[in-house]
Amino acid sequence: MSPELIEVKYALDTFYFLICGALVMWMAAGFTMLEAGLVRAKSTTEILTKNIALYSISCVMYLVMGYAIMYGGSAGGYLPDVWFGNIISNSTAEEVLASNGDIYYSGASDFFFQVVFVATAMSIVSGAVAERMKLWSFLLFAVVLTGFIYPMQGMWKWGGGFLDAAGFQDFAGSGVVHLCGATAAIAGVILLGARKGKYTSDGKVNAIPGSNLPLAAIGMFILWMGWFGFNGGSELKVSDIGEANAVADIFVNTNAAAAGGLIAALIASQLLFGKADLTMAINGALAGLVSITAEPLAWTAGYATLIGAIGGTIVVFSVLFMDKIKIDDPVGAISVHGVVGIWGLLAVCLSANDSATLMGQLTGIVVIFAWTFVTSFIVWAIIKAVIGIRVTEQEEVDGIDASECGLAAYPEFVK
Amino acid sequence: MKMITAIVKPFKLDDVREALSVLGVQGVTVSEVKGFGRQKGHTELYRGAEYVVDFLPKVKIEVAVSDEMVDGAVEAITTASHTGKIGDGKIFITSIEQTIRIRTGETGAEAL
Repeated sequence: MSPELIEVKYALDTFYFLICGALVMWMAAGFTMLEAGLVRAKSTTEILTKNIALYSISCVMYLVMGYAIMYGGSAGGYLPDVWFGNIISNSTAEEVLASNGDIYYSGASDFFFQVVFVATAMSIVSGAVAERMKLWSFLLFAVVLTGFIYPMQGMWKWGGGFLDAAGFQDFAGSGVVHLCGATAAIAGVILLGARKGKYTSDGKVNAIPGSNLPLAAIGMFILWMGWFGFNGGSELKVSDIGEANAVADIFVNTNAAAAGGLIAALIASQLLFGKADLTMAINGALAGLVSITAEPLAWTAGYATLIGAIGGTIVVFSVLFMDKIKIDDPVGAISVHGVVGIWGLLAVCLSANDSATLMGQLTGIVVIFAWTFVTSFIVWAIIKAVIGIRVTEQEEVDGIDASECGLAAYPEFVK
Repeated sequence: MKMITAIVKPFKLDDVREALSVLGVQGVTVSEVKGFGRQKGHTELYRGAEYVVDFLPKVKIEVAVSDEMVDGAVEAITTASHTGKIGDGKIFITSIEQTIRIRTGETGAEAL
């Protein structure tokens, strides 16, 4: 390749990577709005604070150690070669030209794209533990998840570790990001317990309606938009005809899966409850997106729609099931990202991706779940023993906004 | 002097106000209220779980009128807020012992 062509391709791929990263960053806004919409008015300030703080903590912890653990060493193995430090480095122009196009994006752009993924995983946790967890206990957990738990299993797959060697296929992170986040959430919810009044002793499930469904709806659309960066950026390259076609296919499939998931969940809720359930439909769209994230490329758009629709159907039943076993998840995060994340990973076996094997996918699912569950459970338990993870019953009744933040989100409304 | 207290469906408020204006009623007091009647609220559905909304939103209209205007005002309110469906509301009539206009100190029917 001519030097000019190498330079233009390098600039284009780096630019594409950065724009996709910025789209994924915007998903933090989507999670924030979705969660703020699905909690009660008296818990809104706290969930907003939690979301903006967890995003920022993710950025710091991934810089301090997460990125080093995940990508600092040579490929292979179980333990990272490097544990700490800022390892961001850009290649010089001479190195890029000498590589003849093998180095095709900036090292800093890679860090940026990776760091926003960590924040996504952590955002999943915040919705599931909403309305009853102490703010600082949650943020302490965020430090450990984003600095250690997430990067370790990320290294096993995307850092070229043993899961990658085992043939585990996870294109953009149905497992590494979504299953990991959901598993950390379920460990937390088990130790935390349900919101007061959610389940009665006779087995009845009490609805605790969200306070602002317009916010939840726009949160869904922000996440849907951000997902084009999540999956599209994970192709890592756009600067030749083959890659450009692949990226376009990924955008189309990602969009199709979300649409399929939403329609399926809407129909399922109408059939099950006799009403079109908005929040189930929102969960359905996100479930469609999670379904296609493990393999957004090796499908036709029609199949992608179907894969998403299956995810959207699963999520409705999963939300009902979680309530049956008294796992109180106010936003459905465990169902959307965990249960459907597993579906997405298994669905890769049905795609045109020949590298996927059922054994490889099951290995990845079991390893990610076991690692994240055990480490998260230990960390939650330590935090619980030392400073506690749950606000007092009175604080919960009065609203976590007052006890944790001292500020009402909607001060002009009568409760 | 009588106080007419009418609990009506919120979307009928403008019709009631119009009807009372036509009669020459000089003022009304309106409050947004919640409550239940014989149906005891209704059920809604959230994420597959039914829940009872015990108190439905209503509008409470209070009108103070002279004795001779009571029948006309009641008929105007009834006609304007009637839909024939469950939840149309109720009208209560009570006696007023005294009325005072704060600005001028007028009392009795003149203060209405």
